[in-house]
Order: sequence, then structure tokens, then C-alpha cells
Amino acid sequence: MEQKKKLKLIASIIVVLPALVALYTYLQPLIDYFTYQLLPLKPETHLGEAINFFFYDTIKIMILLFLISSLMGVVNAYFPVERLRVYLTTKKMYGLQYFFASFFGAVTPFCSCSSIPLFIGFVQGGIPLGVTFAYLITSPLVNEVAVAMFLGLFGWKATLIYAGSGILLGMIGGYILGKFKLDRYLSDWVKQIQQNAQIEADQWEGEKTPFIDRLPAIIADGWGIVRKVLLYVIIGIAIGAAMHGYVPEDFFTEYLSEDKWYAIPLAVILAVPMYANAAGIVPVIQVFVAKGVPLGTAIAFMMAVVGLSLPEATLLKKVMQWKLIGIFFGTITIFIILLGYLFNWII
Amino acid sequence: MDIKVLGTGCAKCKTLEEVTRKAVEEKGIDATIEKVEDIMQIMTFGVMTTPALVIDGKVAVKGRVPSVDEIKKLL
Repeated sequence: MEQKKKLKLIASIIVVLPALVALYTYLQPLIDYFTYQLLPLKPETHLGEAINFFFYDTIKIMILLFLISSLMGVVNAYFPVERLRVYLTTKKMYGLQYFFASFFGAVTPFCSCSSIPLFIGFVQGGIPLGVTFAYLITSPLVNEVAVAMFLGLFGWKATLIYAGSGILLGMIGGYILGKFKLDRYLSDWVKQIQQNAQIEADQWEGEKTPFIDRLPAIIADGWGIVRKVLLYVIIGIAIGAAMHGYVPEDFFTEYLSEDKWYAIPLAVILAVPMYANAAGIVPVIQVFVAKGVPLGTAIAFMMAVVGLSLPEATLLKKVMQWKLIGIFFGTITIFIILLGYLFNWII
Repeated sequence: MDIKVLGTGCAKCKTLEEVTRKAVEEKGIDATIEKVEDIMQIMTFGVMTTPALVIDGKVAVKGRVPSVDEIKKLL
């Protein structure tokens, strides 16, 4: 990149980043001023409250989403998957490999179409199936959109719980699935790859393009994610705002409260075939929680929506037999339900 | 020049193909661009993150979509 363009890029980052942070910090008073001073709305009315909530949350989520997506883009650009693969196969880790695989599944925001090549790549490198599963479980579960939405709507504590339990779920799920000796249910051609598995000499050469030249593309990608999910965020928050202002407090608690034992399994089983992306679903869940639904039930529902879906099942069909997909989905579903109970019990 | 775009058919892979075609056109070089969608073939390049760009049998970019200018430089 030319010198001039570089300077321009750095200058715009220096201006835009603090501006976004400032906007984020002073958003509530700004939105209050907008809705209650500029618009003829009263703070104590349902309509005023709903509109205030809608603008505040939409803008807050957009800022968070943009910043987190860009940050994840940087991580993604430099994350050496190939090295992780060599690392996982060559080092003795006494069970820690499940943690590493799951953790890296969380921090690497690969697009869903990459999950199959990654799966094969792991199998090819001779990584045990259980460890590969640990990666495969966490990767869609903890992603930049889910984290940004949680951070914006539930705060950092709930976000940590969500991300932490996602990683835990990957570890436990991977470990259990690994114990089952499921390799025989892989597709035939994958089995062949597995038999010829070998750790290739580290041919990874690294990217030649310098960071500063890649930054515009990374930021553009981050903005692309915001644009892609914006409509869902708006719809989700609009529904949430409407419910927030109008649905009576005890409406949900009556059906989904803690003392109803079937609430969690019901929520999870309804959620598995659903594939609303996190952007649309979190604002609605947030209202559920505000109206008295336990956080554990909400997180379990959320995990089942994002982590397991029919499109993912058809994608996995390329590398697994139906039976393995069934075992995979079944195990994860059970664990999500158990996690839900655990949270409701702890919190 | 022999250029291959590896990708299982997601949106990013299609963008990479478009961007590559544009870069080749703007540079005015003689090159064949081939889209590889078969996962088994993709794996023979040792790529784990798609989309990827292969120039004369060598993986130049993987797991992301570069800009037109960047591809021009790589060619």
C-alpha cells in the first residue's frame, strides 16, 4: 500500500475508534434526549419506553458487533490452524487437548462453510475424533455475533457464562463422543483419509501480505457482518421492544418458570431444528429473562438454536453417516439440557 | 498462468472468484481461472480454511477474501 493510503487508514482508525467508544458510553443519555425531548414521547408511557429501548439497543448492538467482528477478523487472519493441528497431534496433553480444541473453536470465527474442510484437515492430521468434535461443537456455538449480542443485552457476566459454558460443552461433548469409538460411522472416503493420516511437515509458510495492507479488508469484513445481520437485529429488537413495553410481567413466568421441570427440555427441543441466527434470537430471549424466565433456560434455548441446526446436519452429511450425525446431535442436545438445569440451580 | 479458487460454494468463495477475475482482467494477463468445489480435491491442497486461492499450484491466500489490488500483487 502506498504511504499516503496507509496514513489515511491509521488516521481514520484514530478518529473513528474513540468516537465509537464515546458514543457507546454516552448512548443512554443521547437516546433519552432524542426520544423524550426531540420526539413528543413521555418516559412513563409504554410507547416511549419501547421506542427508547429499540433505538438504544439497536445502536449499542451495532457498535459492539462491528468492534468485535473486526477484532475477531484480526485473530482469524493470524490464527495458525495448521500449527494448532501439528501441536494437537505431537504433544502429549493429558486431556488438555480437549480444552485447546474447544477454546480455539471459540476464538476462531470461521465461516460455517469452513467447518467441513477443518474437520477433514483434523482427521487428516491424525487428531482423534473426540478432539475434532470438541472443536466442531464450540465453533458455531461461541461466535462473534452471539458474543456481541450477549454483551450488549445481558452484560459481561452473562457473556462470560455463555462463552465459558460453550467451551465446557465442547470439551465434555468431545470427550464423551471420543470414548464411543465412532470412527466407523464416518463416510467411507473420510475413513480412507484417516487411515493414511500423517502429520505433514509444517509446510505452512505464513501470509506474505503485511498486516496494514490486510486491515482494510478485515474492517470491511467486520462491517459486512454488521450489514448482513442488521435486519435480523432490527426485527429481533423490534419484537423485543414491543414485548418489553406491552407484555405483562408474569406472562412468561407462568409457563417457563423454574418450578416447571419440563421447561428446559421443551425449549431446547423446539430450538434444535431452528436456525434463527443469534442476532435475531437474543433480543427476544432478553425480554423472556426480563420477564422472569430463568437465565439457564434462556441460555440452553439459545445454544440449541445456534449450535445445532438442520443446515448444519446436511453439511455434516458429507463427512459422516446419518447415524453419527444422530449420535452427535443427540449427545449435544442432552448436554445442553443438563447445562440449563445446572445454571438454574446455581444462579 | 494457472489459477484455482477453492471453496465449497459459500458466499465468500463466490466473492473470491469474482475478485480474482477482476484482478486478472485489470492486469490483462493470460490465465485460466478454475473454481474447485469438490471437497476431496480441495483437501489435496492441504487447505483447512476456505476460500483459498491457488496460483500455479501454490496456495497464495486462504481463509479470507483479499482485495483486487492484493491479488494483482500476488499474480
